[in-house]
Amino acid sequence: MNNKIKKILPQIITVLFVLGIFGFFTFNAQINMDNRGIDFGFGFLTQESSFDVQFSLIEYSGSHSYARAYLVGLLNTLLVSFISIIFCTILGVIFGVARLSSNYLIRNSAAWYVEFFRNIPLLLQIFFWYYAALRALPVPEKAGPWFGVTYMTIKGYYIPSFIWTNLDIFLYSILAVVVSIIIISTYAKKLQENEGKQIPVFFIALGLIFVLPALTFFIGGVSLDFGIPVLKQLSKTSYVFEGGIGLPPELIALVLALSLYTSTFVAECVRAGIQGIGKGQKEAAASVGLTPNQILKLVVMPQALRIIIPPTTNQYLNLTKNSSLAAAIAYPDLVLVFAGTALMQTGKAIEIVSITMLTYLSISLAIAAIMNWYNKKIEIKEK
Amino acid sequence: MNSLNFLKSNKQNFYYFLYLGLFLFSISIIDVAINAFLKINITSFLPGILGIFLPLILGFVGLNFIRTEYSGIKSLDIINKNINTNNFNAILTLLIIFAIIKATPPSLSWMIFDANISGDTKEACTGTGACWTYVKVWFRRFMYGMYPNDLHWRINLAFILVIALGFFGFFLKDNLKKYLALYYVIIYPIIAFLVIYYLISGGAFGLVWVETGAWGGLSLTFIVSFFCLIFCFPLGMVLALGRRSNLPMIRYISIGYIEFWRGVPLITVLFMSSVMFPMFLPEDFFMDKLVRVIIAITLFEGAYCAEVIRGGLQALPRGQYDAAKSLGMGYWKMHIFVILPQALKLVIPGICNTFLALVKDTPLIFVVGLAELAGMLALAKTNPKWLGFAMEGYIFAAIIFWIICYAMSKYSYNLEAKYKTER
Repeated sequence: MNNKIKKILPQIITVLFVLGIFGFFTFNAQINMDNRGIDFGFGFLTQESSFDVQFSLIEYSGSHSYARAYLVGLLNTLLVSFISIIFCTILGVIFGVARLSSNYLIRNSAAWYVEFFRNIPLLLQIFFWYYAALRALPVPEKAGPWFGVTYMTIKGYYIPSFIWTNLDIFLYSILAVVVSIIIISTYAKKLQENEGKQIPVFFIALGLIFVLPALTFFIGGVSLDFGIPVLKQLSKTSYVFEGGIGLPPELIALVLALSLYTSTFVAECVRAGIQGIGKGQKEAAASVGLTPNQILKLVVMPQALRIIIPPTTNQYLNLTKNSSLAAAIAYPDLVLVFAGTALMQTGKAIEIVSITMLTYLSISLAIAAIMNWYNKKIEIKEK
Repeated sequence: MNSLNFLKSNKQNFYYFLYLGLFLFSISIIDVAINAFLKINITSFLPGILGIFLPLILGFVGLNFIRTEYSGIKSLDIINKNINTNNFNAILTLLIIFAIIKATPPSLSWMIFDANISGDTKEACTGTGACWTYVKVWFRRFMYGMYPNDLHWRINLAFILVIALGFFGFFLKDNLKKYLALYYVIIYPIIAFLVIYYLISGGAFGLVWVETGAWGGLSLTFIVSFFCLIFCFPLGMVLALGRRSNLPMIRYISIGYIEFWRGVPLITVLFMSSVMFPMFLPEDFFMDKLVRVIIAITLFEGAYCAEVIRGGLQALPRGQYDAAKSLGMGYWKMHIFVILPQALKLVIPGICNTFLALVKDTPLIFVVGLAELAGMLALAKTNPKWLGFAMEGYIFAAIIFWIICYAMSKYSYNLEAKYKTER
């Protein structure tokens, strides 16, 4: 009996304590909102937002609703995270491998790269790129072309836009390529396991990737034109680029800072993963007669990836959360558009901050859930 | 790549190859160096693309010549083993050396030779390089924010006292050592809080009151991260114990709390502190903005702290729990006297890393209008008298933060290595 009370009493106290805090907050919020004449509710989401966003992936103007503004912000957040994740992975893998190089100079340069970018606060890095480095770029009329058709100016980076005809056929062909590669690789695996035969899956896949989409250009009536940015004079002293896609400097600064900063953490994950493979594994593989390439592909990588992927995903998650620093340089991400501008206009602090937090939270939890599932799947099952 | 080894030394002509190789290698370096430092292009008579690649080719051939398995010459063997193991490495080595040589003159001349530091106004900056005058003039603002100039000694004194109190534990007598944990977890935070509160904000003991709005600069970064650390530690400890508790309700609440705060970005937490907190507080209850921010960051960082401490708790062998239980200790006795003293020692490196992350996150308080270092930089950058020196300011701040963070990460790394060997 005594034991039971010992178990239940602390739980009841804790729950009451938590409920008490929530109750206290709700009570205060009720009074405060009554006093200020604000009512609680999510009805504002359908109202006209009447503010503009500089950079948007979907069509948006002041006459659209707040819900649409939320979507614009969310898409911008996902865009900057997506681009940065690609770059930080590339850089991270390069520098992670370089840190294990036998070459003294490479090893140490990589180590200094990691130590340098890791130990400066991300916000300062963003500010540095945005306010100092990118401000030193030329104005549009003085910008020389990079790679012939792209222009790096103080107002942003202008790249050619793609103008597709019959884009859907092209996309179907990509889909067909993906499906057929999956089928072929499963077949190849079965063949290997049952009969010991190998087929060059990699080269077949490579061929498919190039041939099928190319065929659609010749047969399917797909064509691609480029909208090349052209300098245009607006008035005597103001010039802009027209045609093409303009990436705003905020986006560039963010991508630079986020990918350089996060790549150092990814590099450490990669290094730890490769170092985590015992020497014995490689020696054992070599003694069975595998070639260096096969050792890397069949023995080292599968084991190293098991160590690398979970912490790297964590870093991707951090990157997505850190992309909210965009608000500091006025890149219209979720925090700036929704928790900034929309909040200013509606004054619905509780609703808007909650929605913003819940959005990030659900992204995090979803990825964490996928990660847990993946970890379970790749776990070494000891018999 | 093997076909490139057509010219290989053997025992007879080894020294010819060695001298020829070193000659070619030094020529390539000298060519690049002359080009970078003196801006004289001695290979300009060659057709365009060849002139660019000539040093690379020369250096590559040179390195190829001096590469041998074992020569008996110590320095040569060190070079071969470390930067010249094969053709690919040789090229990378050359590229890195060239990049370093090329980058040195412009950065040196910008940072030092063409830079200005004398004078007190913008006009003193006449060189083409950096204008360190800007940093010099604004230095006190960057360090202390808008805090009155003649009172800066109070901030300095407070920091010295807090650091001295932190080291106090090391000099305790042996018979008092058992209270060390108690000192650091409870007594030290309280004393440090009182010291900082009464010295920096004043209002008592004849000190002039300085409102928190005037606090700023790097000292604010330290104040915020220090307070958050000492407050989030106990919070993290409670949550870590809660997460490992046998009682389901307590465990779920702890998990929910930890996962919630770990799932949201700090910036939304700060927004919450500035727009949502006031709504949740009683009507006529005013809370200073700085206090709200410190509470928000503490709640946020407490979740991270909890995970670190949980790692320490999990690292303890089960035998410790069993032994404590078999002596008849209850839950609290067991944790206070057996588990926590050992676990907390294990997590010191982790806590150090958390503090590092905290220091790096603190500039974010800029978005809610607190002018710590990043905020002061933004303020100085837009001052009409000092337009156009953003670069110098950010480089200055980056150097300061880098030194602090690098020292801290090295310290925690050393601690980790030390504990690994001790166990």
